[in-house]
Amino acid sequence: MRTEPIILGTAFGYLALLFLVAAWGDRRAEQGRSLIGSPTVYALSIAVYCTAWTFYGSVGRAAAHGPSFLLIYLGPTLAMLLAPSVIRKMVRIAARQRITSIADFISARYGKSASLGALVALMALISITPYIALQLKAITVSHAVLINYPYTPDTTLIDERFWMDKSLWVALVLAVFIILFGTRHLDASERHEGMVAAIALESLVKLVAFMAVGIFVVFVMFEGPGALFSQVAATPELVDSMRLDRVPGGVTGWVGMLVLAFLAFLTLPRQFQVLVVENVDEQHLTRASWLFPLYMLLINLFVIPIALAGMLLGASAGDPDSFVLTLPLSAGVEGLPLLVFIGGLSAATGMVIVETIALSTMVSNQLVMPLLLRSRRLHLSTKGELAGWLLGIRRVAIVLILLLGYLYHALIGDSYSLVTIGLVSFAGAAQFAPALLIGLYWRGATRQGATCGLIAGFLVWCYTLLLPGFAQSGWLNAALLNEGPWGITWLTPYALFGLENWDIYSHSLLWSMLVNVGLLVGVSLFTRPTPLEQTQAALFTEAMHPNLTTAPLWRGQTTQGALNELLVRYLGLQTTRRIFSYSNNKNAFEADQPATTELITRAEQALAGSLGSASARVLINSVVRGEALDIESILSILDTTSQTLEYNRRLEQKSQELLQIGEELRSANERLRELDRLKDEFVAMVSHELRTPLTSIRAFAEILRDSDQLPSEKRQHFLGVIVHESQRLSRLIEEILDLARLESGRLTLNPVPLDLTALARHSINAIAHLHEERGVALDISLEVDPAMIVGDQDRLEQVIINLLDNAGKFADRLQPTVRLALYRHRDHYRLSVEDNGAGISIDERERVFEKFHQLQQDGDIPRGRPRGSGLGLPISRGIIVHLGGRLWVEDAKHLGGACLTLELPAAPNS
Amino acid sequence: MKPSGEKSRKAERLMALVAVALLLFCPPLIIVVDRLTTLHVGWLPLYLFSAWAVVIGLTAWLMEHHADR
Repeated sequence: MRTEPIILGTAFGYLALLFLVAAWGDRRAEQGRSLIGSPTVYALSIAVYCTAWTFYGSVGRAAAHGPSFLLIYLGPTLAMLLAPSVIRKMVRIAARQRITSIADFISARYGKSASLGALVALMALISITPYIALQLKAITVSHAVLINYPYTPDTTLIDERFWMDKSLWVALVLAVFIILFGTRHLDASERHEGMVAAIALESLVKLVAFMAVGIFVVFVMFEGPGALFSQVAATPELVDSMRLDRVPGGVTGWVGMLVLAFLAFLTLPRQFQVLVVENVDEQHLTRASWLFPLYMLLINLFVIPIALAGMLLGASAGDPDSFVLTLPLSAGVEGLPLLVFIGGLSAATGMVIVETIALSTMVSNQLVMPLLLRSRRLHLSTKGELAGWLLGIRRVAIVLILLLGYLYHALIGDSYSLVTIGLVSFAGAAQFAPALLIGLYWRGATRQGATCGLIAGFLVWCYTLLLPGFAQSGWLNAALLNEGPWGITWLTPYALFGLENWDIYSHSLLWSMLVNVGLLVGVSLFTRPTPLEQTQAALFTEAMHPNLTTAPLWRGQTTQGALNELLVRYLGLQTTRRIFSYSNNKNAFEADQPATTELITRAEQALAGSLGSASARVLINSVVRGEALDIESILSILDTTSQTLEYNRRLEQKSQELLQIGEELRSANERLRELDRLKDEFVAMVSHELRTPLTSIRAFAEILRDSDQLPSEKRQHFLGVIVHESQRLSRLIEEILDLARLESGRLTLNPVPLDLTALARHSINAIAHLHEERGVALDISLEVDPAMIVGDQDRLEQVIINLLDNAGKFADRLQPTVRLALYRHRDHYRLSVEDNGAGISIDERERVFEKFHQLQQDGDIPRGRPRGSGLGLPISRGIIVHLGGRLWVEDAKHLGGACLTLELPAAPNS
Repeated sequence: MKPSGEKSRKAERLMALVAVALLLFCPPLIIVVDRLTTLHVGWLPLYLFSAWAVVIGLTAWLMEHHADR
């Protein structure tokens, strides 16, 4: 399994697979069906953070320095927690200004300064090269381990010619690979969708490979974590290997490393590339903010077990940096080491691909293009497109960057372990953090401040980390490390100003950040930003402002023809057409017409996407004449905009409140109208009801007054009618008063415990006389005796009599029958009164409880007088409800007519 | 006005979570955990991974729970 052809075949097969995925991703992107439009793919692409350094070096660091390796992943976890605010802001700015790299970002923030962009690009190149070297070293070493095991891998170059060195070939193969799918488009701000898809796949492969080793070591070689840890516990020299005192620099080293990882995660060029430039949707940050930390947790889960296992096995496991590979090899399995090798290859190539693309974009846009534009000959006389040039520059840059990485590896790399190289790069990249983060939130940071801070921080980094590295590998006098330059001990690189016993990274971070932040803030406070700087600063710090647009920032004038010529020269005919047809629907443009500010802005953005913002500004300035930007007014517009927005927001809130109040008033008014209408109706009804008996009283009284010769029996009859109608009148008034009391809530009830059965009997007796007169037969069924309830005796009696009276009135005329039943229903007593009349239709059943409602019975000829006032049932229901019961109409079960049932709760202890 | 209130609430919770994460990963607690001696290889690795998992879980809950609203 471990022969050269198989290993090489697998490696190249894997690279070919990656290439296919990348090509497929690019094709899908061109068709508009993006492969990477998912937050999960985005999170996986961020995992390019986990390089070969994670894959092989974490175990090595765990073996040497205990749990400190975890800090390199806890820092980014904190950074990702801030992603929804900090990184989202960066993503939004980058999308709006077509930012292509971190150098471009910092340059654009400080007034699209070409010199600052070049400085950042140069610093990135210097600080990241060792990191690329580290990946090449990892690939070569892992290959050598795989081939040579169980003998020690011999990777020294002394006896071999340089073309025999595998690292060189690895670098060249990677260069070809990156050129093939990293520089397909000119527009660097256009996403490399294919590349991102391939990176996401690589992240999955390295995770699977690492977890496979972990599971194999823990569960196959050691029969579970329990067995492994009990063996460790039995080995005295390993018991303390995961304690805090193994961490270099102790507690300060711990905090320093956490801060370092946090800053580097945001500023490493490849992280900026995948986090910001390649982000297709801001919303993806939400998922990535926890999914990426989860990825890091999983890939680190088995680091400690593998490190402990390797140390238990001792010599046969070899160098801790290779434990991942040597442990399965020592167990004699064949397939797994190959998978591990592919996992490590994934981790290394993923990092190299993204980092090289990011660096080559910086080199071409920030270093080479500004120089080319400055040379007059090229700028004025080039007739053809510059597109080919740019791609060419980027391709050459890719090869050079990888060769630089190779050189570093070949000349210096052997003196450092994997993690050491990585952390040196981390500290270098972290120097961008003050200019980036402070510039993102403080409008007052100026270009001079940022430049001074960056240069000073970088120099301190070089002195405290890079130079000692050279010294250690023998390129400088090693005495520098112990005695300081020229014997000045307080200048020793690892203990500046006598600050000893710190770990070298925290030490370097402290001093470099101190001068970096100090100069950035200090110089900014005493320098005046240019107008363009002020605008850019405002656009960056206010990026999350809801209504911020970049559109109206151009005040210059130019013709469409001049602009068209410029764009054709630098971007090609196709892109230019696209830009022009966006602005007006006509395909052609009018060469003599002035270009709109909108068109100029879009042209600048397109140029910025290809050449970087500083160069784009230079080019646009070359054709746009007229006054410079009127920044003062733009700034004041920005300020007033924010004030206006605040006012608008408040106004909107107020009008919302007013609307709500208006709505409430309207509904209250409607209710009042309804009540008014009801009142009118009630008054009309009452007057009508009062007039009927009054009319008849008056009529009979007039007859009595006017006719003296009436026979005495007739006179008696008339007087009887008058008395009867007066009684009816006073009853009616009594009822109206009751109703008024009920409705106003002034009805006073005296609830006392009483026996409903006795009350029913009493009521029956009271009405027996009336029923006899009408010839009504009464059927009584009292199932419970006594039926104790709580109620008002007089009022309840009034209700029962009313029900019996009504039933008598509406019963069948020929054989009137009424049935009263009293029975228990769960916790209630029910009293029902049935009649054998026509019954009440279903839709009338609720209306009988309305005031003055009179039942219309089919074919019923009125018996000469109204049957009732129409107030009895509403009053009865009111009383029953007041006593906590119910009153309703249902079908009569026994007699077939109407049945009115009242229900009252049983007294508590009955 | 309700959505913006909800949003600022989410931002506040996120800030609190950052503070909690910082507290969990930084010295005072780290030292305390490191001094516990009941486990053979020390509690520190186990503690770090657990705290990490808790922070990730809380972030996931905060992000996905409010994303639908």
